Amino acid sequence: MIVPAHARKPDGLDAVSIVLDNVSLSFAGTVIFENLSLQVEGGKCTCLLGPSGCGKSTLLKMISGNTSIHYQGSISFSPRSRRGNMTAWMSQNDLLLPWMDVENNVLLGAKLRFKRDSHQRQQAAKFLTEAGLGEHATSLPAVLSGGMRQRVALLRTLMEDRPILLMDEPFSALDALTRIKLQNMAAQMTRGKTVLLVTHDPMEALRLGDKILVMAGNPAKVTAIFEPGGTTPRNADDGSVGKQYPLLLSKLLEQ
Amino acid sequence: MIFTRLVIVAAGLLFLWHILVSITGVPHYILPGPFPVGKSMLQNWPVLSTHLLTTMIEILAGLIIGTLLGCSCALTMILSPHLKRWMLPILVVSQAIPVFALAPILVLWLGYGLASKIAMAVLIIFFPVASSFYYGLRRTDPDLLELARIMEAGTLSTLRYIVIPSAMPAFASGLRVAVAVAPIGAVVGEWVGSSAGLGFYMLHANARMQVDKMFAALALLSVASLILYFSVDLILNKLIYWETTRELNHAHNE
Repeated sequence: MIVPAHARKPDGLDAVSIVLDNVSLSFAGTVIFENLSLQVEGGKCTCLLGPSGCGKSTLLKMISGNTSIHYQGSISFSPRSRRGNMTAWMSQNDLLLPWMDVENNVLLGAKLRFKRDSHQRQQAAKFLTEAGLGEHATSLPAVLSGGMRQRVALLRTLMEDRPILLMDEPFSALDALTRIKLQNMAAQMTRGKTVLLVTHDPMEALRLGDKILVMAGNPAKVTAIFEPGGTTPRNADDGSVGKQYPLLLSKLLEQ
Repeated sequence: MIFTRLVIVAAGLLFLWHILVSITGVPHYILPGPFPVGKSMLQNWPVLSTHLLTTMIEILAGLIIGTLLGCSCALTMILSPHLKRWMLPILVVSQAIPVFALAPILVLWLGYGLASKIAMAVLIIFFPVASSFYYGLRRTDPDLLELARIMEAGTLSTLRYIVIPSAMPAFASGLRVAVAVAPIGAVVGEWVGSSAGLGFYMLHANARMQVDKMFAALALLSVASLILYFSVDLILNKLIYWETTRELNHAHNE
């Protein structure tokens, strides 16, 4: 059982919510979003569930502040608790730098900002031990398995200490068992943060999501909202998972 | 170790050479055997080594300057899209000009000394290094750049920690090509106009029908070029340490 060392109390005081207000985006003649309004509740994990290619990744990029995507409408954070980027991002590709060892990869943000110090290094070491990677701190990423690499990527994302975590199908490239382990770890370590998790796996959404937004259509819209209840990570024998899985699946398939 | 294999291959080739000369009875002024060539090399060693030194200085200086220029050019182009728009066409067009055709002009402008040969070597080395490094820099994983942006990294740290290391394999392949071709530049420069160097020595030996001396110089040049290539290869493998993990699996078979 991993005990998160730094989890914020989920009392909503630190939690930042994301507000999308009438967001529209067109690209090369296709309308991707049209007057999309939604809210991502602070301190909770919201899953964006939908088929590939409907624009979920683009939405994450927009929220992360990508200046090359020109959309209409507004994306705001409430409260705006820090200057600069409010988000940390993690993708399906672990994006570990092969020329840096594991510890330096976890500390990548600090290194890039030229702000690496002993406090950061201590925190990184703590994270690595929590995640069971303590003895790999000086290994190069090439010797790690896919699951271990994605664990390092998760730690790197958590080191950023940003109020919002954007995760773009982070576990879809892993085998089923590793995926479950990593989902458990992610749920524990991101508790209290605002997480927006994009996935195409309804089971993953049911395991991790406090709220599930089903997104589909062209232009993409939120077609259903599920709130499974209880605490994450939910296991397969959890009642709400069993009940809602077929509902979710049929909602996805009908698109 | 790869050197033992190289020695075996070299010994084999020498043996074949000897057999070929003995069997065909080819005249010594067309193709001398390995033993006359070896004897000539030992006899003329003081002279040969001086010329070798000259040629190697030309090649090494050309290598260092050419690599620095090539890398600077690539970095400039990646940092300034505006400058890139002007430099890239020049880079492409200049690759089309056969560098060896410029040798007489370089000798005319820079004289019979080391400068014109170094300039030749620089010209030959500059293009593969600049273009492969530039394209390597351009092919940085866009997701990595996105990650750097979200982490609020500046241009310099993105360049230093992400873009340049990821372009090192491409740079290395360009440099390997350049190192293999660099001796040609130096030698051609010496043929066109010089007073020292192995190319110059070979040309004069040929004119005097001293074919064994010519082959001795050629053999020496080949050995020196091979040593240079493998040294650079070693340095590059140390530089790009993160890719050696793959090669370790092959090494188990050696």
